[in-house]
Amino acid sequence: MTTLQQSDHGGDVRLTGISKTYDNGFTAVRPLDLTVPQGSFFALLGASGCGKTTTLRMIAGLEEPTTGTVHLGDQDVTGLPPYKRPVNTVFQSYALFPHLDIFENVAFGLRRRGIKSVKKQVEEMLDLVQLGEHKRKKPHQLSGGQQQRVAVARALINHPKVLLLDEPLGALDLKLRRQMQLELKRIQTEVGITFVHVTHDQEEAMTMADTVAVMNQGRVEQLGAPTDLYENPGSTFVANFLGTSNFVEAEIMGRAGDALTLRAGDGKLTLPADRCSAATATGGKVLVGVRPEKISLTHADDAAGIADGRNRITGRITESSFIGVSTQFVVDSPLCDAFEVYVQNVERDARLVPGAEVVLHWNPAHTFGLDAAQDIEAGVEKVSEDAAA
Amino acid sequence: MSTVTDAPPAPPALPDKPRKVRRRGRLVPYWLLLPGILWLVVFFALPMVYQASTSVQQGSLEDGFKVTWHFATYWDALSDYYPQFLRSVLYAGCATILCLLLGYPLAYLIAFRAGRWRNVVLILVIAPFFTSFLIRTLAWKTILADGGPVVGALNTLHVLDVTTWLGMTEGNRVLATPLAVVCGLTYNFLPFMILPLYTSLERIDGRLHEAAGDLYASPATTFRRVTFPLSMPGVVSGTLLTFIPAAGDYVNADLLGSTDTRMVGNVIQTQFLRILDYPTAAALSFILMAAILVMVTFYIRRAGTEDLV
Repeated sequence: MTTLQQSDHGGDVRLTGISKTYDNGFTAVRPLDLTVPQGSFFALLGASGCGKTTTLRMIAGLEEPTTGTVHLGDQDVTGLPPYKRPVNTVFQSYALFPHLDIFENVAFGLRRRGIKSVKKQVEEMLDLVQLGEHKRKKPHQLSGGQQQRVAVARALINHPKVLLLDEPLGALDLKLRRQMQLELKRIQTEVGITFVHVTHDQEEAMTMADTVAVMNQGRVEQLGAPTDLYENPGSTFVANFLGTSNFVEAEIMGRAGDALTLRAGDGKLTLPADRCSAATATGGKVLVGVRPEKISLTHADDAAGIADGRNRITGRITESSFIGVSTQFVVDSPLCDAFEVYVQNVERDARLVPGAEVVLHWNPAHTFGLDAAQDIEAGVEKVSEDAAA
Repeated sequence: MSTVTDAPPAPPALPDKPRKVRRRGRLVPYWLLLPGILWLVVFFALPMVYQASTSVQQGSLEDGFKVTWHFATYWDALSDYYPQFLRSVLYAGCATILCLLLGYPLAYLIAFRAGRWRNVVLILVIAPFFTSFLIRTLAWKTILADGGPVVGALNTLHVLDVTTWLGMTEGNRVLATPLAVVCGLTYNFLPFMILPLYTSLERIDGRLHEAAGDLYASPATTFRRVTFPLSMPGVVSGTLLTFIPAAGDYVNADLLGSTDTRMVGNVIQTQFLRILDYPTAAALSFILMAAILVMVTFYIRRAGTEDLV
């Protein structure tokens, strides 16, 4: 991971060698270095129990790190209690004070810092989150989305150096969640405060964040811009957790310029060398990955028309489901028994039905190569896990 | 008090059923209420009416009592026994405050810090109830005995000088002084303070403490601005559950006090059981009830608990 300590980033959040082991021996976060640049929208993404919330709570001061330090800019805040840190949190359950009205909830932080005339600021903040007319209501009189906005306003009004968001949209229904994602992004752009957002929803992380850190078992698996992570996943976990990936095991045959030639089963595949994160020695094994939407599907009868230089795999359609904008196919091939392919519904070929013999082909530039010594299924979201989270 | 006062839910309307069935269905909640209502009528309403009529009777045990609408009994009772009334309010008030001061930290510890010991501590709070009220109060006679270790310690620490100055003790003894009565009341009614406090503290979401800390409130401010206001329902019900019975209590004043510490409960008991002046005893009971009702209403209004969730 690259840290930007040399450059002048006075408001960066810097975690150095931070880890957390609970009294019962469970290690939630393994020693971790992380720098969140000032003013960025940073997402910590991972399944439940991966340590993302613990990391966030250590920045907030609600959890004491077992090792390591937390810096906000140049200030070491590791030993500071939460009420002395210039950070604010939007809690997963909002944690609004039930005995105070909306106005007083939002004014809470200002009043604690001894600011007397809070009226103007609070009203401006309530306008920003479009809750001006509700200021005398109690939290329980508001809907989930409104409570969530109060929670954001209550934290933002303090102009923290960093705003921490702990799965703030988890309790909202899908439509509202989409709306709030855009809303939060708008607010972040408007106020320019660093946001650190914890979520298990990969789509949420990709829509909102400038930088995403994918966490798994207390470690950061990969860190980068959303497109980067999606196009160049560094591990099967990231490849599967962010979207869907197809994997084929292949052996490196040789190198031709910038491209590696691979043998998978009887076929030949091409992989750009710079998109392979595994060792590229001839004879080595790699996992060749490709995203379902990069693949084109052509009926076997038309195979002659496929341009040269494209990676191709033959197979037979086992399932197809029409989902409006696209059709999702599952293709059984000798290399992989469940190849997923998403085809845009532009010019539908009526022959592409279950049972049809097809050729899958894609531009080699969309191929990525990973170390073969890892679990292909890592990071695949299980339905039960998702429901529990 | 913000306890549950939900009316029985109205049965859903059944538009398809014939009218008769629907009416019977509607009456079901009232049938279910019947045992409770009967209980209240027999054991609460009727005795109240009987007592009210007693309070306006005149006569003696030999000649019999007759209702003469003699309301002067009320005035006489009040003017004869107002010191005992004031004493009752004072002692019960002191005991309630002491209960709150002792009970709140304990309830707080049980709710937030006891961890797996929580149930054990709760049982310890209730454990004294397994022994008789009388025995427990008599035990305080031994505890506060003249020349005993407690009195000795209080003397050494010059606590008795302070309480004597306050008029709560006399000389070097605690027994048979107001302090002893207040101690007895405090001891006997402490669980009634702790349990409602615990219940309302335990219901507070721990994340609110974190949120307050996150919003620049120090632990002390968090307590003052978040924890205490949210525990107000418990404070109000606890103080009521302590003050009301303590104000009418006579056992503590009888066993631990002297003739100078008689409370209104003692007067009622004497009037009723020894002097056999039933009208005065009844009038005193009504005055006590009215006084408590007025104070409680005022208190609840001031505490503003109807506002709390």
